Amino acid sequence: MKINLSSIPVDDQEKALRFYTEKLGFQPKHDIPMGKHRWITLVSPEDPNGPELCLEPDEHPAVKPFKSALVEDGIPFTSFAVKDIAAEHKRLESLGVRFTQPPVDYGPVTAAVLDDTCGNLIQIAEGTMQ
Amino acid sequence: MDEVCRAIADPTRRAILDELVDRDGQSLFELCARLTLKHGIGSSRQAISQHLEVLQSAGLVRVEREGRYKFHWFHGEPLEEITRRWPTRTQGESDA
Repeated sequence: MKINLSSIPVDDQEKALRFYTEKLGFQPKHDIPMGKHRWITLVSPEDPNGPELCLEPDEHPAVKPFKSALVEDGIPFTSFAVKDIAAEHKRLESLGVRFTQPPVDYGPVTAAVLDDTCGNLIQIAEGTMQ
Repeated sequence: MDEVCRAIADPTRRAILDELVDRDGQSLFELCARLTLKHGIGSSRQAISQHLEVLQSAGLVRVEREGRYKFHWFHGEPLEEITRRWPTRTQGESDA
């Protein structure tokens, strides 16, 4: 078994597609109409055949309160790996991305948390937990 | 005074204050991550929340909402009461 897909619940698929491609820099992989929504997945340009991120509508009534509670406490929904967190932080801030946590050096890993404008916080991290 | 002394009598609560002095205005997530990874404090998020409530009632931490986020800020004023009550004497002052 392997992990090929991970989903993130977004409040607006079109807005999410713009944020995740134009700001974060991911590439669209699939964009298939599915009734009133779309099946949208993205990949990293550093790993175009790697795991896909699915931008999933957050329509279920339980999802929004869950997302708000996470955001209130600053808890990221998921985490992405970056090579140079200081440079990424600077680049994204210059694009107007809001960070709830600037890069913090925890020792083995340095991590920051940003707002994806679609109701989630996202962690970006340099280094790995050993 | 009792509340302030009780609040700073606990090492986890002192570590929380240390981390807020390092960077003020943190989310609960950031504080918990710092406590776990920098201090080896493996307490649950709920336990840290309770510590923060003790610090809040002692007036040492304030929680401010900023839109959808909630941040914690350090307030050192209650500690000044301690140094006012037991001031450090400069040399020779005690003989006066």
